[in-house]
Amino acid sequence: MNPIKTFKKGGVHPEENKFSADQPIQDFPMPKQLIVPLGQCLGAPAECIVKKGDRVLTGQLIGTAKGFVSANVHSPATGTVAKVDVVMDHTGYYKPAVFIDREDQDEWVPGIIQTDQLLTDIKLDAKAIIDKVKECGIVGMGGATFPTHVKLMVPEGKKAEYIIINAAECEPYLTCDYRLLLEKTQEFLVGVKILMKAVGTDKGIIGIEQNKMKAIELLDKTIAEHRDLYKGIEVQPLKTKYPQGGEKQLINAITGRMVPSGKLPIETGCVVVNVASTYAIYEAVQKNKPLIERIVTVTGKSVAKPSNFRVRFGTPADLLIEAAGGLPEGITDVINGGPMMGKSVSVTNFPCIKGTSGILLMTLKEAQDRRQTNCIRCGRCAKACPMGLQPFLLHKVAKLNDFDETEKNHIMDCIECGSCEFTCPANIPLLDYIRYGKAKTGAIIRARSQK
Amino acid sequence: MANYTISGSPHVHSTENTRKIMYRVLLALVPALLVAIYYFGWYALRLTLVTVATCMLTEWLIQKFLIKGPVTITDGSAAVTGLLLAFNVPANLPIWMAIVGSIVAIGIGKMPYGGLGKNPFNPALVGRVFMLVSFPTAMTTWPQAQPIFEKGFFADAVTGPTPLGILKESGLQTIQQMDHMQFLDMVLGNRGGAFGEICAIALLLGALYLIARKVIDIATPLTILLTVFAFTGIFFLIDPTHYIAPWYHLVYGGLILGAFFMATDMVTTPMTLQGKILFGFGVGVITVVIRLWGAYPEGVSFAILIMNAFTPLINKAFKPQVFGVVKPSKK
Repeated sequence: MNPIKTFKKGGVHPEENKFSADQPIQDFPMPKQLIVPLGQCLGAPAECIVKKGDRVLTGQLIGTAKGFVSANVHSPATGTVAKVDVVMDHTGYYKPAVFIDREDQDEWVPGIIQTDQLLTDIKLDAKAIIDKVKECGIVGMGGATFPTHVKLMVPEGKKAEYIIINAAECEPYLTCDYRLLLEKTQEFLVGVKILMKAVGTDKGIIGIEQNKMKAIELLDKTIAEHRDLYKGIEVQPLKTKYPQGGEKQLINAITGRMVPSGKLPIETGCVVVNVASTYAIYEAVQKNKPLIERIVTVTGKSVAKPSNFRVRFGTPADLLIEAAGGLPEGITDVINGGPMMGKSVSVTNFPCIKGTSGILLMTLKEAQDRRQTNCIRCGRCAKACPMGLQPFLLHKVAKLNDFDETEKNHIMDCIECGSCEFTCPANIPLLDYIRYGKAKTGAIIRARSQK
Repeated sequence: MANYTISGSPHVHSTENTRKIMYRVLLALVPALLVAIYYFGWYALRLTLVTVATCMLTEWLIQKFLIKGPVTITDGSAAVTGLLLAFNVPANLPIWMAIVGSIVAIGIGKMPYGGLGKNPFNPALVGRVFMLVSFPTAMTTWPQAQPIFEKGFFADAVTGPTPLGILKESGLQTIQQMDHMQFLDMVLGNRGGAFGEICAIALLLGALYLIARKVIDIATPLTILLTVFAFTGIFFLIDPTHYIAPWYHLVYGGLILGAFFMATDMVTTPMTLQGKILFGFGVGVITVVIRLWGAYPEGVSFAILIMNAFTPLINKAFKPQVFGVVKPSKK
């Protein structure tokens, strides 16, 4: 095992609470109707290409990417389009979605390989791989949902030295990536090989926090057993510290390099891809299977059966909660994602999409929205900030609408990890104000650069 | 259908809060308080109760009737001010003076700026310096430490000079001839002085607890002590017949109390490591300058107050290094 590494600046260590870590992935039965939002990625929503009454097959394209940063959407089931309407998704807004009345039998689009057999031989070349990733609608499945094919297209003049796989899973509670690593180890490793081929490098590094020792050992063992097959892939254990899985932090921890302020990770010669996305890329490239399902962790301190489900997109979240033992008494916060960066939702029946890594249920006591008191200038927020910012200052100047100062103090470098707010003894909603300041400052910067 | 709370991430919070921090500081001061009661008996206890109660009452009155806002006296910050104020004055100080000092500490040193977290100067030191210049005689008449089982809990204390007072008035030879002014007496608290500052061991015990609980950063006190040691050490090396050895300077007066409990006040001292070191260096230098050449025998409170004034500037000058931002080279 390699020596443990970590990022250099800041960080916090919240309670890990990985209750569902030992729960095997279960295939979640599809409901009668699936509601598939067309906007499932960061960037423009896909354009709908089906209409009411159309019969769609499993894996059939129903929405095409619109613009550079956008991803295709495929039908997760076989059935008839009941309507194309709006649905309240996890953001709390009504967004366009395709409603599909499902037939009992899955009928896959021809050409998609159905067997569970491991396919290790990578036939496509780099360009074909990226095209396939694009075609299959693969996005960053850690939660940010940035289209993966954009990441893989290394800009002219830059060189990708490393493929870094983000298996840190530093968010408390979530275990979807961990389960995938344990249960689909070989498929995942082939996925890493595909990524290495796509960007033209022979170095792939998997970064895992050391609280997932079983996964680290299993990966090490598998790589050692198939040395020829997985040549160039390395497992790098990381300290259990949040936000170890932040893209910039991960690169810093593994290579010691720092992504320059305002630049993309490729500046450091690294391309970072999430575990679930890597697995999806394996399925896309080797089996021609578009992204129509993912692993979702349903969890919480009072949840009866914390579980990991394999869920087709469009399945309403309340069905998953039901299967995990039902909605416990006194739940006040429903969170799409983990507790540090997930978004709270106002309803439980939002459809699961590509970015739904977890559904976290919390009581008022756990979520502890406590009374805010005066800042005592203790500097803990600045110490916790992995980006070396001064959250107390950004919070203050954002509150005063002083966007010259926010820009000068690097508000745009904030990765919104929430470490500052987590650690604040005065319970100041630092990140809320910083997000506000970031949005305003970003708009000003964009307007200026357009002139 | 149920509606759930919508709030921005993060949805979990550390269990830390301001109240806990303040109560930890209070707890850390308990050993020194016990030593004070051991040496000064009823006087120490009475004085502490008066200053803590007055500080809390003043804050309550101001929040309730002047600001008409939320009352936050239970957060422990007023109690910390009261306790530190008591630690900084002679145990036999007349009660009315202690009350005036407490009112000044909270009423002038803290609340006019907006209360907790907004005051530029350490409120306890504001109260102390106010008393020092207003009641110079009472504030420099120091009871001598005398264990309560020798003289009784309620007995009056014998007054006498502090080590630094002797040093200032009578010079080095005098203090070297006094057999109860040895290093061990200083460390154990068997000496004259403000009642909270006398026992270095008890104070260090509390300080260790605060460092372990990450309430205070060791950088500031360490720099102060090192600076004082180095600065006084230079003079000791130049002329050992005139200047006392530097290790005595560390345990004399209120240096340990000031360095660990007042120069580490989060509100009035810098945030970054470099800032803390600069702050500590400043406190050390000013303390030594006052001790060696000033009119007062002791200078820790003035030194901290003066450096408090520089804190905003230091905070502006020493910001944390932003991730991925390369400093422009100065060529």
